[in-house]
Amino acid sequence: MKILVCVTSVPDTTTKITFTDNNTKLNKAGVTFITGPYDDYALARAVELKEKTGATITVLNVGEADSEPVIRKCLAIGADDAIRVNAEPTDAYFVAEQIAAIAKENSYDLILMGRESIDYNGGQVHGIVGEMLGIPSISPVMLLDLDGDTAKITREIEGGKESLEAKLPLVLGCQEPIAEWKIPNMRGIMTARTKPLKVVEPTGTDKLSTVASYELPAPRGAVKMIPADAAETLIQLLHTEAKVI
Amino acid sequence: MSVLIFAELDEGKLKKSSQEAIFYGAKVAEMLGTSATAIIAGAADNTELASAGKFGATKVLHATDAKLNEPNGMAYATVVAAAAQQEGSKVIVLAKSSLADAMTARLAGKLKAGLAANVIELPNVSNGFVVKSSIYTGKAFAFNDLKADIKILAIKKNTITPEEKDASAAVEAFTPTLNEADFAISVKSTEKSSGDILLPEADFVVSAGRGLKGPENWSVVEDLAKALHAATACSKPVSDLDWRPHSEHVGQTGLKISPNLYIACGISGAIQHLAGVNSSKVIVVINKDADAPFFKSADYGIVGDVFDVLPRLTKAVQAL
Ligand SMILES: Cc1cc2nc3c(=O)[nH]c(=O)nc-3n(C[C@H](O)[C@H](O)[C@H](O)COP(=O)(O)OP(=O)(O)OC[C@H]3O[C@@H](n4cnc5c(N)ncnc54)[C@H](O)[C@@H]3O)c2cc1C
Ligand SMILES: Cc1cc2nc3c(=O)[nH]c(=O)nc-3n(C[C@H](O)[C@H](O)[C@H](O)COP(=O)(O)OP(=O)(O)OC[C@H]3O[C@@H](n4cnc5c(N)ncnc54)[C@H](O)[C@@H]3O)c2cc1C
Repeated sequence: MKILVCVTSVPDTTTKITFTDNNTKLNKAGVTFITGPYDDYALARAVELKEKTGATITVLNVGEADSEPVIRKCLAIGADDAIRVNAEPTDAYFVAEQIAAIAKENSYDLILMGRESIDYNGGQVHGIVGEMLGIPSISPVMLLDLDGDTAKITREIEGGKESLEAKLPLVLGCQEPIAEWKIPNMRGIMTARTKPLKVVEPTGTDKLSTVASYELPAPRGAVKMIPADAAETLIQLLHTEAKVI
Repeated sequence: MSVLIFAELDEGKLKKSSQEAIFYGAKVAEMLGTSATAIIAGAADNTELASAGKFGATKVLHATDAKLNEPNGMAYATVVAAAAQQEGSKVIVLAKSSLADAMTARLAGKLKAGLAANVIELPNVSNGFVVKSSIYTGKAFAFNDLKADIKILAIKKNTITPEEKDASAAVEAFTPTLNEADFAISVKSTEKSSGDILLPEADFVVSAGRGLKGPENWSVVEDLAKALHAATACSKPVSDLDWRPHSEHVGQTGLKISPNLYIACGISGAIQHLAGVNSSKVIVVINKDADAPFFKSADYGIVGDVFDVLPRLTKAVQAL
């Protein structure tokens, strides 16, 4: 059983986003980069499957050298080796092309991703990769169990969930509660240093979109406080002032 | 050359978000000097399908194969790709949803299309094709320059307010060749709370957090939601603790919503929670702690006990 886990290196969820260079670049000063929270769920489930069935886990990131701390952390959590495609990940199609190229070379049984990145929130890379490989893609996956080469999956749908079955190989976009996030232990951190991390150059150069510039949301106006003993006034204000109800 | 809109049905009715997508698509068609065609799969009657005309579509392609009655992202992508080819469409519009996400990605892969997710405004076509989208989970916006020949725009709720006109679309049956491989996933069972307002579609949302103390206390939240015709939502710990179903969880790691009104009850307002709700038009916060960070991101606030305040709000709504 071979599992590929695709991870992003993204600003910590508590980051206050700002831009530089006339709003054309993310201001990385003082920003901590973490593994995408959804990617963390994918990795955690892969590690559980490895513990149960003896799978091997490869971590893949399309990114520049500054994403290596995130890759090493994934190795510390339990991945066996890692590949970094050395390119700025500036377009979902381009990223998917890189992942599909690696997957074609190595034929994985399961390709686990996060439901969406937390930088572009596209939620697209798994589907594009599935299409490129001609295999099913399923997202967002809340539960994953394996029975031979059949995957038993619970997927979230609007207002509920559904149980699915499909044969491997599959591409899955994961979210909670598929597994609990894992924190690396000391031994993991030590062994991660010597686990193989291969750097390869990208194939293809198709960038189907670029970002011309960024913008920050306008701040909300000051909050209007309503005394608790006159709470009913709120409903009047929503009706007559904000005009939303 | 027409602009193609992928519209979804919910229990045989056009989803509200899809009406918005059709209206948006028709506006884009106007900019480009062409017409708007909607592609709809699944069972629905002709009057309902023709109602796409009210929002600006002149034609509806209705994919009638019974195999499409169950939503299926992969099969729908095959259908939409065939429709785009037949119509020579270069711009495809849809409203973000869990089905649309699954469909769009496969479609982008098939058509090698440039894709903008979470679009929040009409495109600027004066010089290239630039669309504004929400990124970093609502913390910023990007102006995306789509360079591919075919462009897909996935719009967020409340991007545009549809105006209805007195018109109906011409409905044509559409029967493209389906792909066996698209049916490789078998659905064993579905659990869906029917009749409730779908959270991503809702104009009003009443949301509650750990301040409610336990699942047995949710009636105060549900009563207000019912009076407002609102959907219910919750914070992450609440769904982690299994007080509420995961499909109600909003935030950085849950649903991202943009209703007209978001009422947060007993939620502290952590940055990861705000990320999922900060594009709501109006935010109301009810919290017994005057220093709760959520008040800084609210339009209206009440410092008070939810068990006292919510029932009174419910009565006030009923009296409206
Ligand atoms: C400077 C800069 C500019 C950018 N400009 C653009 C742009 O113009 N257009 C655009 O679409 N995006 C842009 N991005 C975002 C970045 O390229 C995204 O990571 C990529 O587009 C995929 O985003 P997504 O939101 O579609 O991924 P999703 O589809 O939301 O991601 C789903 C899953 O796919 C996997 N995945 C996604 N990205 C990677 C990756 N790089 N390596 C390994 N696995 C991955 C992860 O498992 C992730 O959870 C830019 C990023 C940077 C840093
Ligand atoms: C990577 C990451 C991702 C995350 N993603 C999400 C996410 O998607 N969504 C999310 O919600 N969180 C997310 N979190 C968690 C987030 O940081 C907060 O812990 C969480 O939002 C807190 O939930 P809460 O406001 O319900 O609970 P608390 O923070 O415990 O707040 C409860 C509030 O209720 C108030 N209260 C108590 N009793 C009453 C009463 N009787 N009347 C009125 N008010 C009362 C209290 O004053 C308090 O402000 C994430 C965290 C991380 C690290």
